[in-house]
Amino acid sequence: MADHKKPPERSAISRRGFFKGVGAGTAAVSLVTGLDPESAAAAAEPALRGPGETAFTLKINGKNHQVKAEPRATLLDVLRNRLDITGAKKVCDRGTCGACTVLLDDEPVYACSILALEAEGRDLKTIEGLGSPEQLSQVMKAFVENDAQQCGFCTPGFILACTAFLARHPDPTLEEIQQGLGGNLCRCGTYPGITQAMVDAAKALKGGA
Amino acid sequence: MAAPQWPEAKDRALLGHRVTRLDGPVKASGRAKYAYDINRPEMLYAKLFASPHAAAKIVDIDLSAAEALPGVKTTWRDESVIGGEAQYQGQVLAAIAAETEELAHDAIRLVKVTYELLPIKINDRDPALAEGRDASKDEGDPDAAFAQADFVHEGEYGLPVVAHCCLEAHGQVAEMRDGDMYIWPSTQNVSRYVDSIAENVEIPASQMHVDCQYMGGGFGSKFRPGRWGIICSILAKQCGRPVKLMLDRDQELMAAGNRPSAFGKVKIGAKEDGTVIALDSLLWGTGGMGGFREPSLPYVFTNIPNWRRIGKRIPTNRGGQEAWRAPGHPQACLFMMSAMEDLAAAMKMDALEFYKINCVHTDKPELYREQLDIAAELIGYKQKAHLRGEGGTGTLRRGLGLGVHMWGGMGHPAKCDVTIHPDGSVETRIGTQDLGTGTRTALAIVVGETLGLPLEAVTVNIGRNAYPEAGASGGSTTIGGISASSRLAATAALNALFEVAAPKLGVAADALEAKGGLIREAAKPANAIAWKDACGLLGPNPITKQGENVPGESQKMGLIDAGVGGCQIADVTVDMETGVVTLNEMVAVQDCGLIVNLKLAESQMHGGLIMGITYALYEESVYDPTTGRMLNADMEFYRIAGLKDIGKLKVHMMTGKGHDERGVIGLGEPPVISPGAAISNAVANACGVRVPELPLTPDRVIAALRKGGVLS
Repeated sequence: MADHKKPPERSAISRRGFFKGVGAGTAAVSLVTGLDPESAAAAAEPALRGPGETAFTLKINGKNHQVKAEPRATLLDVLRNRLDITGAKKVCDRGTCGACTVLLDDEPVYACSILALEAEGRDLKTIEGLGSPEQLSQVMKAFVENDAQQCGFCTPGFILACTAFLARHPDPTLEEIQQGLGGNLCRCGTYPGITQAMVDAAKALKGGA
Repeated sequence: MAAPQWPEAKDRALLGHRVTRLDGPVKASGRAKYAYDINRPEMLYAKLFASPHAAAKIVDIDLSAAEALPGVKTTWRDESVIGGEAQYQGQVLAAIAAETEELAHDAIRLVKVTYELLPIKINDRDPALAEGRDASKDEGDPDAAFAQADFVHEGEYGLPVVAHCCLEAHGQVAEMRDGDMYIWPSTQNVSRYVDSIAENVEIPASQMHVDCQYMGGGFGSKFRPGRWGIICSILAKQCGRPVKLMLDRDQELMAAGNRPSAFGKVKIGAKEDGTVIALDSLLWGTGGMGGFREPSLPYVFTNIPNWRRIGKRIPTNRGGQEAWRAPGHPQACLFMMSAMEDLAAAMKMDALEFYKINCVHTDKPELYREQLDIAAELIGYKQKAHLRGEGGTGTLRRGLGLGVHMWGGMGHPAKCDVTIHPDGSVETRIGTQDLGTGTRTALAIVVGETLGLPLEAVTVNIGRNAYPEAGASGGSTTIGGISASSRLAATAALNALFEVAAPKLGVAADALEAKGGLIREAAKPANAIAWKDACGLLGPNPITKQGENVPGESQKMGLIDAGVGGCQIADVTVDMETGVVTLNEMVAVQDCGLIVNLKLAESQMHGGLIMGITYALYEESVYDPTTGRMLNADMEFYRIAGLKDIGKLKVHMMTGKGHDERGVIGLGEPPVISPGAAISNAVANACGVRVPELPLTPDRVIAALRKGGVLS
């Protein structure tokens, strides 16, 4: 539990850092926004990785997984293609639809839009870590009860986004729900069920606290 | 004896109730495996090379550099197109399979194709560009009728090409094992999926095994394996390793099917009392280089006595059309209902009143009148309605608009096996598929209801072509097909069990019924035996019976029927300065015979409404007029509605007497038909002018306001 209080040790390579580094030399890497001082210092002298496959460890749903992949591989492709963790779906593959949503240090992120290496040393949670068919999480339960899914392809992404959203907005208004879930898309048209599922899950989570 | 007819409402334990989707937990927990999620040992990743040009002669396809890349295992190129033409951007020219997805992408970049560019055809808005013979149909004497009409209105309307945009791309995984091919596709047509693959890979269909347990949306575009399915199978056969080939999103939007555009001029004439007496239409559009059929006008008001319809086909360099949820109907509905409300507005008549007067021209006048009344009540029509353009003078103007629609929905031919095992367990097998409509759940409801067992007692097996053949899921035909065939199978299996149990209860088999987990004497329920004990009497052999849905026969038995109507009303606000349309509320009234699962029927209604709202307000495949390339082959700019775009939705399902006796009728298509018309009409009612073309984007609204003199 204490693990995710620690400042995250970020990978030396991020898409943005990589480009900056290429443009202005390695010193520029420390200017990358969002890096805390410790990891920025580490980033100043990055170990050279790639372009071929490189070995690294991803902590997914509390378990460490050894992976070999090219540094350019997205987190989504590594989860799905290398680790057979397929709950996160590939749909738009460019950060629009939210079907690939996972939690990185409890923050919802689009797994298609970050590199797998960026998740190294961080705490990653996928839909598989939230619950199982036999033991549904409160949000999953609310989705099932309210029929907030049809084909179900967008559902895991929605459930992760809802879970992260409710952690920050335990008592959301309808408007906040609509705003907060704006980063996920459904083609079958399950939005009324999703909205009601959010309301029910918020209630259930408060009741359980 | 158990009879196959549906039980009376009071005797239904599951049928028509609000039943939660059986596969909800496996989907919600991310454990459901879609085609895209199938990973096989030693699997390769295939990618396609597609023409970047809308029209080009293909001089050569050179794969040598791609083949030389380490990790590339097998390739394919379209021999038939060399020396021929690529006719649209996204047309598949070659494919490669490699050890990783990243390498497959690299290899595709090494494919060298030599093109000679050809002139493109992309404009689908000018009927003068039509090719081939016009389609022409008429009835009565429209010219004479127009001469007698007291009011005549002529309008132009249109809808652009839109995509299906299934969230799960088209594609499959294929694997050769001991001479047989195993395929995991994303399909709407499990039973016949392999037909065209079998021809192309020269493996008999009987040696091809399909497994599709979950699929991420089809909407009419996944009946056939497509070129990608065939190519994937060829690659797998060539290299002897499993191959996954799923389309990238841009290919999905460019090449995996679309809804044809439709544009038209519609002239409509009525007598002073509002009765429409004449309709004349000239319709055109494109379905790519292939076919285009003009929407069928008159729509719903099919008995208008005098009408003429001319259809023109414009071939363009776009990916070919595929059936798109309710093919032809959203287009026909937009033309018809727009013309109706434009004429009502010209006559200064209330739109609702105008529809009701003209219900006489429909095949179901009473049904439509009732639906119009219910919808009007639900949306508060009396309080909110005003004549067109009389919604005040403010910046934000509110309006209501209507649409009515029709659909068939007769169950398709299907066979289903039901097995009762000696241990009391029950299994059903049918080569159907669950697109997310709840097919699995419906099968458990019907079989459980028939055998007097709870939902959990029934194991539902679907998604394999090894199971008895069922039709493709298209045209709202699945629910009828699977409910009739499973009802017939379960009834036959139950009657066989009755024969075995009857001696034990000391009565004739035809005196028995199955209720609440018991086999009992209908006239003396205390004379009963538990289900499991009755099954124990079977000895070692289970009972398996097959039921077959032969549509005409099932219809005669009252199990299924066809022909439904629906009415929708939209309430919108138009910002007269920015042109932004906001959907406040939408109501939908629908009949569909006997409802199998009310909860999932309502979900279908919501889904149809939202897909309808999406094409009414946002969707368009935009093509560059100069190059013919699709400009929004991604999900940022090919917009689909989000959670906050849909307003408040109210659904009213017509059930009970007068509906239940008809049997089961499909529901997938009907709710998606009217939204375009209703929302377009509401916008016209709010701002005073017709915005002729969907989607009702701000630029189109502003242009219409300017043209109509409302905005200078």
